[in-house]
Amino acid sequence: MSLKDKDIISILDFTKEEILYILEISGKMEKEDRHGILSGKILANLFFEPSTRTRLSFEAAMKRLGGEVIGFDDLGTTSTVKGESLRDSVKIIEGYCDIIVLRHFLEGASRLTADSVNIPVINAGDGASQHPTQTFVDLYTIQKSKGEIENLSIGFLGDLKYGRTAHSLAYALAHFNADMYFISPPSLRMPKDYLEELELKKVSFQEVNSISEVSDKLDILYCTRIQKERFAEPVEYEKVRGLYKLSKSVMDELNVKDGLKILHPLPRVDEMDESLDSTEYAVYFQQAHSGVPVREALLASVLGVIQ
Amino acid sequence: MKKLEVSAIEEGTVIDQIANKSTFKVANILNIQKIEQVVLIGFNLSSKKLGKKGIIKIGGKLLTQEEVNKISLIAPDATVNIIKGSEVVKKFTVDIPDSIEEFMKCFNPNCVSNHQKILSRFHVINKNPIRIRCHYCERHMCVDDIELV
Repeated sequence: MSLKDKDIISILDFTKEEILYILEISGKMEKEDRHGILSGKILANLFFEPSTRTRLSFEAAMKRLGGEVIGFDDLGTTSTVKGESLRDSVKIIEGYCDIIVLRHFLEGASRLTADSVNIPVINAGDGASQHPTQTFVDLYTIQKSKGEIENLSIGFLGDLKYGRTAHSLAYALAHFNADMYFISPPSLRMPKDYLEELELKKVSFQEVNSISEVSDKLDILYCTRIQKERFAEPVEYEKVRGLYKLSKSVMDELNVKDGLKILHPLPRVDEMDESLDSTEYAVYFQQAHSGVPVREALLASVLGVIQ
Repeated sequence: MKKLEVSAIEEGTVIDQIANKSTFKVANILNIQKIEQVVLIGFNLSSKKLGKKGIIKIGGKLLTQEEVNKISLIAPDATVNIIKGSEVVKKFTVDIPDSIEEFMKCFNPNCVSNHQKILSRFHVINKNPIRIRCHYCERHMCVDDIELV
């Protein structure tokens, strides 16, 4: 299989075979030293919206493979403030690099970029839409912690309305016969678009208000932060802030399945207490660290050095 | 002889089987206020297929493909009749295209297509009921979300 020149914009663009292939390459990247395979290649990290973790993990991945990184993470230092269109900006930067990683506050900005340039583009998150590389990290973590991805029961907890990582992961898990439980207050339910897409894919899912309703069924609990920055009205954020707080004592009181693992794309605020960190449930720090080998696999695959 | 609820026209186009609530949207698509020949609009007419329907008759006009595509999105059951010499010389149902460019607006205010000078693009992922996905932000739209431009 070759993913050479493939853009990584939406998880919807990937087949099950391609997803499994990326996870396989990620495993190899974690085990083997591949330094030098991207020697001479330049990654442009274009972050029109700050995201330290995602930016640094791409930077670390590129450098670990011997490549170079250019870019910015401050919109104020770009020609956007002079009124330059995104299309013009990326067409110019295309001439300086071999691959573009784009983070943008507008939904669909990555697709526009991919349509505008002739080098591979990786979506590092656009608006409240998708975040496909995080999804590969999540799948890789699930596979490592559970030994498989097929036939699992997955609970998605928290902000399912704006939580793009949950959106992408739900789409990806549709390939793997997952039973999904969407746990959120009514105001933060999974958007109807995603539910419709899951219905079209004949995925089994259920929406509930409380984790206790489904905790005994779950193999994975995917926890998300309620994102203050996505709310237009502060009062709306305050209504749901702190609604879900996982801690060791909360988990002790719940009837949970053996081997339950908790993932979180991080950062966390108050939805997950530090008392959880040392429990057997917690795999979110391994999840964060997996960002580097998974992004190494993605960079090397679309740049065609691994086929 | 069948009694017509809306008078016949001699030459032009009759758009029939318009979902009742979409009748005036279709009239807007056709920009009827600028048409100088006869325009007849029927509304709340009885229909075996739709219950209630709308009908628009326009003297001397043939629809463009873009107009047909637009009508198909908001009135997917509509039929178009071409009239010559008071006779129907051609009749066809509107067909929803697989992809749409330019004439629709994404309803997501944060979609890049609403902020950059680019043509909007959409993929029709289901025709009955209509579900349209924005090429850029991937939001789904149903018939009530469609905003034509």
